[in-house]
Amino acid sequence: MAEEMKGWDRDQMAARAAEELEDGMYVNLGIGIPTLVANYVGDKDITLQSENGMLGMGPFPYEGEEDPDLINAGKQTITELARTSYFDSATSFGMIRGGKIAAAILGAMEVAENGDLANWMIPGKLVKGMGGAMDLVAGVKRVIVVMDHTNKAGESKILTECTLPLTGKGVVDRIITNLGVLDVVPGGLKIVELAEGVTEDELREATRATIVD
Amino acid sequence: MKKVYANATEALDGLLHDGMFISAGGFGLCGIPELLIDAIVDSGVKDLTIASNNCGVDGFGLGKLLDTKQIRKMISSYVGENAEFMRQYLSGELELEFNPQGTLAERMRAGGSGIAGFYTKTGVGTVIAEGKDVKVFDGEEYILERGIVADLAIVKAWKADDTGNLVFRKTARNFNPPAAMSGKICVVEVEEIVERGSLDPDNIHLPGIYVHRIIQGEHEKRIEKVTTRKREEV
Repeated sequence: MAEEMKGWDRDQMAARAAEELEDGMYVNLGIGIPTLVANYVGDKDITLQSENGMLGMGPFPYEGEEDPDLINAGKQTITELARTSYFDSATSFGMIRGGKIAAAILGAMEVAENGDLANWMIPGKLVKGMGGAMDLVAGVKRVIVVMDHTNKAGESKILTECTLPLTGKGVVDRIITNLGVLDVVPGGLKIVELAEGVTEDELREATRATIVD
Repeated sequence: MKKVYANATEALDGLLHDGMFISAGGFGLCGIPELLIDAIVDSGVKDLTIASNNCGVDGFGLGKLLDTKQIRKMISSYVGENAEFMRQYLSGELELEFNPQGTLAERMRAGGSGIAGFYTKTGVGTVIAEGKDVKVFDGEEYILERGIVADLAIVKAWKADDTGNLVFRKTARNFNPPAAMSGKICVVEVEEIVERGSLDPDNIHLPGIYVHRIIQGEHEKRIEKVTTRKREEV
């Protein structure tokens, strides 16, 4: 690590994202920091969806108890819960596209001030595919992005306009980064919260997008 | 009605031809038709177009058909686990059509249900929408996606009876039912063919009408990412 990140660390970002979730919600968590959100839901009654075809995703299995027929969308071995149900992928994306999932918490490469999201490809680099990300952002009621505020070069990942190919247009509702929390509102982004030890000036300085009051 | 065959090669007899279109079930390496894929490798059939969420990994699953260069085009949502795929794609040997995962699943379900196309919000305003019909419903934009009808569907289930009624197990169900529906002919491999009447009719995941040929066999069921927690974390 060349420079220590300011503000929240990965776990603190995940814990902050978990505050977005309410009792009774059906939620889809993306890969990376979003996966950690499951560790911070506490006593809240949350049902996790895995888009390959499962509601009620449980924790990783104990060693020796892995089941090749039971994996999450990141292809990791997982377990089932008393509430678990299984279904095929068409049904799974029916509930996603149909707005039945209350919230999706996803990582991102870039987010624009109008809610545009880019998180699936970098032209000229190896292209892996969008998986279920385009369906999720198009259909889920509330899309929350959790990501580092800046990239490895120190440049803002929050922009006036995305430079990378989009995953969805105007789909993001809230952005949680190491520096704080921003909402996508008419005209730009609104600062909702600052991370510990981060000033409003620092957040504004690190953000290459319109911030409205 | 004789649907049960002795092995994968016999079950595919007369169904394969160069340039054909195959729908395959499975997500990652979970619930993939390993035995049928092996038999397709052995058949040497080539110039295949395959609709499948992923393309296996190097040397396993559909990855085997890449090694033998039998695939001309893939229709997939995610292919990041396969170095040979990338090599063939970047060198222009292999065609690739990315479909969002839910769009791919719905294309298969629709094709098998007599629905030629459907409008979806997925991909609106992205490269996926390029060249596709856009229509506004209730003030929101949707794009037209076509149903998939494949020459052949290859599918993996847990149990079948001899009439082709299928039961899947846990998340190994995934793309298998929609893939099965999308095939003009569907060949299924299962872990166990059970006696007629022993499956609960209320708990059939896919009715036998979609299934034309069945084989039973041993599956490797390789795990792509073993992830565990420690006992003391209870």
